[in-house]
Amino acid sequence: MNMSEHHHEHTEPPSSTELRVKSIESLLVEKGLAKSETIDMIIDTYETKIGPSVGKAIVAKAWVDPQFKADLINDPHSALSGFAEIGAQGEQIRILENTDQVHNLVVCTLCSCYPWPILGLPPVWYKSAPYRSRAVADPRGVLAQFGTNIPENVEIRVWDSTSEMRFLVLPQRPEGTEDWPEEKLISLVSRNSMIGVEKVKLQTEELIHE
Amino acid sequence: MNSVHDLGGSEGFGSIHPEPEDIEPIFHNWWEGRVYALVRMLGLFGLWNIDMSRHARERLHPVDYLRNSYYENWLAGLETQLFESGLVTMEELLEGIAKGPAPKELRERVLLPSDVKNTPLVRMSYFRDTDAIPKFKVGDAVRAINQHPTSHTREPRYVRGHSGVVHEHYGAQVFPDLSVKGVDEGHHLYSVRFEASELWGADGASNTAVYVDLWEDYLEKSI
Repeated sequence: MNMSEHHHEHTEPPSSTELRVKSIESLLVEKGLAKSETIDMIIDTYETKIGPSVGKAIVAKAWVDPQFKADLINDPHSALSGFAEIGAQGEQIRILENTDQVHNLVVCTLCSCYPWPILGLPPVWYKSAPYRSRAVADPRGVLAQFGTNIPENVEIRVWDSTSEMRFLVLPQRPEGTEDWPEEKLISLVSRNSMIGVEKVKLQTEELIHE
Repeated sequence: MNSVHDLGGSEGFGSIHPEPEDIEPIFHNWWEGRVYALVRMLGLFGLWNIDMSRHARERLHPVDYLRNSYYENWLAGLETQLFESGLVTMEELLEGIAKGPAPKELRERVLLPSDVKNTPLVRMSYFRDTDAIPKFKVGDAVRAINQHPTSHTREPRYVRGHSGVVHEHYGAQVFPDLSVKGVDEGHHLYSVRFEASELWGADGASNTAVYVDLWEDYLEKSI
C-alpha cells in the first residue's frame, strides 16, 4: 500500500508535511525505534562536520603529487585508503580526470546517488528534475546554465550513477597556481567543480594579488 | 518500473536554479534533517535495503513524486516502508500514537547519540563474491536489452535497445532487480560507454558520450 494514496498531500498546505514529520518522530520514539537526541546528533554531524572538504583535499593533493594522482586514477581503492572518512569505501569510487581533451560531468538520472563520504549531501539542484532530466541529453546546455562553456573540440563524458559506484571529478588546476602550496589550493577547489558543472577558477581578487 | 523517477532525457522541467554553494544550507527546513536522520537510523535495523527504499519512492504516484520536494518523497517512502515491514500499523501512522512497543530485539538496537560520534554513518560495500564467469570484457560491443519490468530496475529507459562499448568491468555488485525482493546476490557490473548520437540520434550533442553502469543481466552481445 502506498501512503500517498491516503494523504493526497499535494493538495494540502505545506504545514501538513511538518505535522507528519512531528507525528512520525513521536510515534517512532514512543515505539522505542528512535531517539530524538540521536536525530539531533545526526543533523549536527551533517550540518557541521561532513561536507566537500574531503574531496577538496583529494583534488589539491592530486594537483601537487603526480604519483598520488596516477594512483588515484588507476587504483582509487588503495589511493583513498589513507583518508579516514573513506577507508574501505574507496573500492566503490572512481576518479574522473578533466583534461584539455575531456570534460566529465556526474548525474544520477534515477534518484540522487552522490559520493556522500567525499562531498557530503548533494545540493538541491543535483536532486532536481531539471538537472536529472537534461544532463545526459544536453550536457552543454546544462553546463551553460552554470556559466560553464566547454569548447566543441573537448569531449564531454556524462556519468550516470546507476549502480553503487560513485564518481568524483578531478578538475583541472588553474593556470597561475603553479607556486601555490597545497593548503591554499584546497581553498580554491569548489564542490561544483568536483561534480563537473564548473571549472576551478581564480577569483578576481586572487588574480590581483598574485 | 517505467515511471517518472526515470528522468533521463525528459523535457519540460525548466531551467536549473543552483544556489551559490557557499550559502546553500544542508537542510532548507527543520523537518528535512529529521526525515533524513530517521531514514538513515531506521535503515540500520536491516529490515529493508537501499533498493527497497528507492522502490518505495519510485512507487509514489507520479504526480506526487514530481510535485513533492526531495525530502517529502523520503518521508512518503519511509511511511510506506514502516507500514509494509509491519513495524507500525496504518492506524498508528495516521494517528501518530503507538498501540504498543516495537519488538524488544529492535528496541535494544536503537541508535544512541554516542553511536553517531563525529563520523558519517558508514556506507556498506555492495561488492559480492561470485563464481559466475563474466560474459563481457573491456572493449566488447554490447546492447542494453529492451525490457520493461514492473518492479525495480536500474536500467534507465534512455539506454534500452542502444549499443555501447564496455569501458570497465567493476566486479560483481548486488543486483538491484533481485535485491528489491530481498535476494542479496552479486552480478557482474560494467561501465558502458554510449555515444550521444547512438542514444539521441541526430539530436545528440556532438563529441559527447554517456557512461552508464549496467549489470550483466541488462546486457547482450552487440554485433
